[in-house]
Amino acid sequence: MGIEASLPEGVLTTTLEKRVNWARKNSLWPVTFGLACCAIEMMATGASRFDLARFGAEVFRASPRQADLMIVAGRVSKKMAPVLRKIYDQMPEPKWVIAMGACASCGGIFNDYAIVQGVDQVVPVDVYVPGCPPRPEALIYGIMKLQRKIEGESLRQRG
Amino acid sequence: MFEFIIIMLVKIAVVFGALLLTVAYLTWLERKVIGDIQVRLGPMRVGYHGLLQPIADGLKLLFKEDIIPAEADRTVYLLAPLVAIIPALISFAVIPFGSQVKILGRTIDLYITDVNIGILFIFAVASLGVYGIVLAGWSSNNKYSLLGAMRSSAQMISYELSMGLSIVGVLMMAQSLSLVQIVKAQSVVWFILLQPVGFLIYLICAVAETNRAPFDLPEAETELVAGFHVEYSSMKFALFFLAEYANIVTVSALATTLFLGGWQGPLLPPVAWFLLKVFAFIFLFVWLRATLPRFRYDQLMGFGWKVLLPVSLANILVTGLIMAWR
Repeated sequence: MGIEASLPEGVLTTTLEKRVNWARKNSLWPVTFGLACCAIEMMATGASRFDLARFGAEVFRASPRQADLMIVAGRVSKKMAPVLRKIYDQMPEPKWVIAMGACASCGGIFNDYAIVQGVDQVVPVDVYVPGCPPRPEALIYGIMKLQRKIEGESLRQRG
Repeated sequence: MFEFIIIMLVKIAVVFGALLLTVAYLTWLERKVIGDIQVRLGPMRVGYHGLLQPIADGLKLLFKEDIIPAEADRTVYLLAPLVAIIPALISFAVIPFGSQVKILGRTIDLYITDVNIGILFIFAVASLGVYGIVLAGWSSNNKYSLLGAMRSSAQMISYELSMGLSIVGVLMMAQSLSLVQIVKAQSVVWFILLQPVGFLIYLICAVAETNRAPFDLPEAETELVAGFHVEYSSMKFALFFLAEYANIVTVSALATTLFLGGWQGPLLPPVAWFLLKVFAFIFLFVWLRATLPRFRYDQLMGFGWKVLLPVSLANILVTGLIMAWR
């Protein structure tokens, strides 16, 4: 948005901002990225009882180029961290990250040499979902929190 | 002359608009139908029963960052999505969706144009679509996209052969290549009853041609990430998406025209019959995706060359023999 840079917070683009944010929050396509047991809960979230599709977010894209959201579902080992960062870098802006479960948020029970103590050491995290593993309801609550967050964003921050 | 141009332009605008709208809402329809089959709800939160979902998706993709890989061949990379979508949209120029209507005292034919080689035109244009896929896979400079493109071209070329042969029986019976004449030839009995084998082969090939499950090997996530459009983001990816769905509409409309009597039917107006039949086909496509697992690559090739091709040739032979007898 070239015009945004030279403008103060103005009337001109607020309506556009609102519409774009509405589109972004209702079309959060996650990248297929399951790391551990939390991924099972993530799959359950997509399946019939919980149905992530209600929010328009069931489109798990295999290619990071087509995804908006990275759900880090599980513990990130030190060997996996560069891979995770690479996938994050391959996603086009705007992109969001949810740290799902205790391990992704802070290392969880794995307080040892092999596990990254929280995925926020590697990528910026928007929403932390606690639990070990969190139930699908918790992940859906996290996604709804993220939707609230997207509503309040401005196009100046996110290209 | 001036009047003719105005009428033509209006017709093209209406058909193009309706086609694009159908294509966009096919994504919603597919998500809803698959949701229903899997005992889910599908999109619910955006508009009434998620009716605004395609608009949200489209707007989001439009405002996303557009990545061009550093090692990609820029010109070809930018051109490929267009090469994929234009043939998919253009084939609707010869498909008749009704007979004639009277508007403001003028009789208007409900098709953009009736070429006497209509079916050849569609096949010629549709086979150009594979270039878009091959160019996309090659120009991305990515091993997965190249593999996806190779698979896709091999699959489309092998199945196009059987597809072309499967409709020869219909052409022999209708004695014409014009789609309007083919529809008129079915006023007594639909060709699906006279050419059941041809119809079945056409159906299988149509699914394979549009790269849909169970023939969605070019995009097999488990092996090739996303196939030929791995590197495409934003609106360019959306164009590939739209091209796939536009192809579904085209093959469904063609199946309706060739085998199900086109716009003909009792009681309802012709256009309603046409839409009803086309959407029945589209539903079948979605149903197949929700039901069948993916083929293995050698199974796919073996099936195409060793089963479909001989059967479609035999179908032509039998049709010819019976026609010569009578």
